[in-house]
Amino acid sequence: MMKNKRSAFERVASSPYIVWSAIFIIAPLLFVAYFAFTDRDGNFTFENILSLSSYSETFIMSLGFSLIATTVCLLIGYPLAYCMSRTSERTRSILMVLLMLPMWISLLIRTYSLMALLDNGGLVSSFLVSIGLPKLTFIGTDAAVILGMIYDFLPYMVLPIYTSLIKIDRRYLEASADLGCNSMQTLLKVILPLTTPGVVSGVTMVFVPSISTFYISQKLGGGSFDLIGDTIERQFQNQVTYHTGAAVSLVMMILILISLAIMNKFSDNEEEIIV
Amino acid sequence: MDSGRGFFMFLDEPKPLPHNYFVKEFLCGMKTKLVELKNISKSFDGETVLSDVSLYIHDKEFITLLGPSGCGKTTTLRIIGGFETPDVGDVYFDGVRINDVPPHKRHVNTVFQKYALFPHLNVYDNIAFGLRIAKVKEPEIRERVSEMLALVNLRGFEKRNVSLLSGGQQQRVAIARALINKPKVLLLDEPLGALDLKLRKDMQVELKNIQKKTGITFIYVTHDQEEALSMSDVVVVMADGKIQQIGSPTDIYNEPVNAFVADFIGESNILDGVMLKDYSVKFAGHTFECLDCGFAQGEQVDVVVRPEDVDVVPVDKGMLVGTVTNVTFKGDYYEIIVDVKGFKWMLETSDFVGVDSVIGLYIEPDAIHIMKKSEYSDMFGDYSTFSDEMDHLSDIISEEEE
Amino acid sequence: MKFLSRFYIFIVFAILYAPILVVVLFSFNASGNLSSFSGFTFYWYKDLFRSGEAIEALKNSLVLALCSSALATVLGTLASFSIAHSKSKTYQTIMKSVTNIPMMNPDIVTGVSMMLLFVGVALIFKLNNVLGFWTMLIAHTTFNLPYVILSILPKFKQMDKHLIEAALDLGCTPTQTFFKIEVPAIMPGIISGLMMSFTLSLDDFVISHFVSSPDFKTLPLYIYNQTAHEVKFSMYALCTLMIFTILILLIAVNLAGAKRDKKPTAKQRRVKGGAAK
Repeated sequence: MMKNKRSAFERVASSPYIVWSAIFIIAPLLFVAYFAFTDRDGNFTFENILSLSSYSETFIMSLGFSLIATTVCLLIGYPLAYCMSRTSERTRSILMVLLMLPMWISLLIRTYSLMALLDNGGLVSSFLVSIGLPKLTFIGTDAAVILGMIYDFLPYMVLPIYTSLIKIDRRYLEASADLGCNSMQTLLKVILPLTTPGVVSGVTMVFVPSISTFYISQKLGGGSFDLIGDTIERQFQNQVTYHTGAAVSLVMMILILISLAIMNKFSDNEEEIIV
Repeated sequence: MDSGRGFFMFLDEPKPLPHNYFVKEFLCGMKTKLVELKNISKSFDGETVLSDVSLYIHDKEFITLLGPSGCGKTTTLRIIGGFETPDVGDVYFDGVRINDVPPHKRHVNTVFQKYALFPHLNVYDNIAFGLRIAKVKEPEIRERVSEMLALVNLRGFEKRNVSLLSGGQQQRVAIARALINKPKVLLLDEPLGALDLKLRKDMQVELKNIQKKTGITFIYVTHDQEEALSMSDVVVVMADGKIQQIGSPTDIYNEPVNAFVADFIGESNILDGVMLKDYSVKFAGHTFECLDCGFAQGEQVDVVVRPEDVDVVPVDKGMLVGTVTNVTFKGDYYEIIVDVKGFKWMLETSDFVGVDSVIGLYIEPDAIHIMKKSEYSDMFGDYSTFSDEMDHLSDIISEEEE
Repeated sequence: MKFLSRFYIFIVFAILYAPILVVVLFSFNASGNLSSFSGFTFYWYKDLFRSGEAIEALKNSLVLALCSSALATVLGTLASFSIAHSKSKTYQTIMKSVTNIPMMNPDIVTGVSMMLLFVGVALIFKLNNVLGFWTMLIAHTTFNLPYVILSILPKFKQMDKHLIEAALDLGCTPTQTFFKIEVPAIMPGIISGLMMSFTLSLDDFVISHFVSSPDFKTLPLYIYNQTAHEVKFSMYALCTLMIFTILILLIAVNLAGAKRDKKPTAKQRRVKGGAAK
């Protein structure tokens, strides 16, 4: 009886959340699926999904851009996190604040500020002209969009890797040195495997927002780019073609969930969040 | 009989205990049983933790549940406290069945293993907690808390942060927090387990004094046999979810019912023997006089001889003759292992004996205790594999498990 | 080696901060173009507040963030309680997976799905103009919930379970135990969940973009609209103000955190320091 009483209290405590998540987490996804598989009159159809073949270029380009951005972030971010973890405790806490600050600044603002730098009349191009180089156009190029992704999401790569580096017990490093590893071998055989969870979560935190972004490509792509995010955004803002937009969203969601599931296989602490 | 050594000193204090617990029970037969467990069984995930445990506890008693880790003692305590419900069987409190009464409605309070002091409250607020829940008026709370602080020697600690107290002090706060509610029964779950040896000894004496002063029934759980023997009026020895023996500390030590109890409580040499007739038993190839009777003629029995009860004598005066294989200096005595025809005896002697010397063993009739054969008979033999280190290791393991 | 690593850190951070510094600098630029800095002015700041739209958006953002973070914290605390106390592994797994969905999903999918829910419901009930404050509140609460739960749930796990038994033992009902013992024990998690969801809500653009209406604009939506077509230096001013607000808050939180850490755990720090050397 005592047990029952306790769980009755628990049920009362949990019911608001159960109701909330059913209506506002599960139901919206069902709506996405519903719109993806119906036409304007509400009839069941595969049309929307099949029509996605015309978007295959968009999908491939988005995937390519975000993969490049993620890889570059990892290549810049891992050494940065490693170097940061080697500094003194005081320096580390200052660097932490410096790293966190961009994360707290809205992505809109950061993308906008990058635009200020790269804009056609902006500082970089003025600088290039002033030293006698030809005037270059950045905005509207592939490179600008990828650069925007890297710039916006780099801190999200560094932070989890840094956290997992800091958590490594010094004794492992000493043990590895004691067993004859030089510092390169220690890095490859001890530190890298121990930071895999951090890398996985960093990759996730860069890849997912890059593949679904629409703001970066709108600003830095000069309006000429069509990534998956742009496609979805346009179709929903125009308010006519919910059905195709829902199909695109559904496919993207499934692709991302699959890749997350694969990545999570590499990391054992999926519950941890690092923000 | 030579039992005046080490912790057994406690047993030599004159105690108002009758020789046999069951005699006491007979004398007190009219007294109400405060807590009674009837045929309790409990299993977790298909694993039986308690099987058919029956036990009653009288008012003002200090009773100890003693046993190795996993024997079910803590589960028994938690059933009394209301944190577990038995699968089978009934719990009675003052004659009322309380199986379904939740913990907050029981007149029982608990001192938890790692104290479980509320970290967000100071010493005063921790102790006052139960009274505040019971909506006692603040002036009375103030009075009772200061009474309690005096009882546990913590005057002046009211405003302290509990997480900054030492282990011993936290322990005292935990006891005060439980006792202030004037429970009829106080449950203590290995309360001294986390303290170091010296502090543990002091707290044992203090706990016993508190129990005497307050007259509250204490049900105490421990795996430390020394602690159990020195503090309790009644010891309940448990193993494998069953009660092995209930009795006063002297009974338990002197008259263990089976090989498990004999081995678990103190050191003992346990040998296979045959009862030739009343008062005569044959073991180790020799016939001894003893004080036990009532066994069938020729019955196979377990014989217990405590290490301190064997006298070392010259070879020609010995009943048994053996070779010393190991000598350990223990401070006020030597612990020696003697090989008698392949059986390794443990002996305690105050005179030094060299390794490899041949000595005689002499055993008085009252040093021999005869037990019926049980499921534990063949599990405890001689001291051929004995080492202090192993003993110590297993202690640590059992502490971690609990 | 040490020099190289310092240099590397310096370069990356310099690149990271260069655009931000440009924005801060040019928000004070009198000339009104990006190619040269021709003089110091507060003109763009005055320009920003001229219309009152920015203040309105700020007010909206704060109201929305306060309401959604408070709601998410209450719901999330109760949910964490039930997940932590549940003896059923299946229930725990299901609840945790459901909680993970908004975190794993890209923001755009969450935004689109919520929009479809609201639009779909509006179609069914023949409602017009459902999008607005309430849909924003629902959406923000929903994406805040996982963060609240994930910051509170570990606190329940870390809590000594004997504390609950001790409270029951001392006469608390389960409800009293929750409020008197468990809530204080998980308070750090509640506070960090609340703060995290407050900032996430202030910061969110993508999800809001899909579930908002022109009548109720938050600050990010306002910035998005203002920057849609041309460079506006008043937006530089707004960004500068926001960056400094965040900087001050971040430093304050860090200082408070450092102080709190230092006080009771001098010993722990010594141990830590010793191990690090």
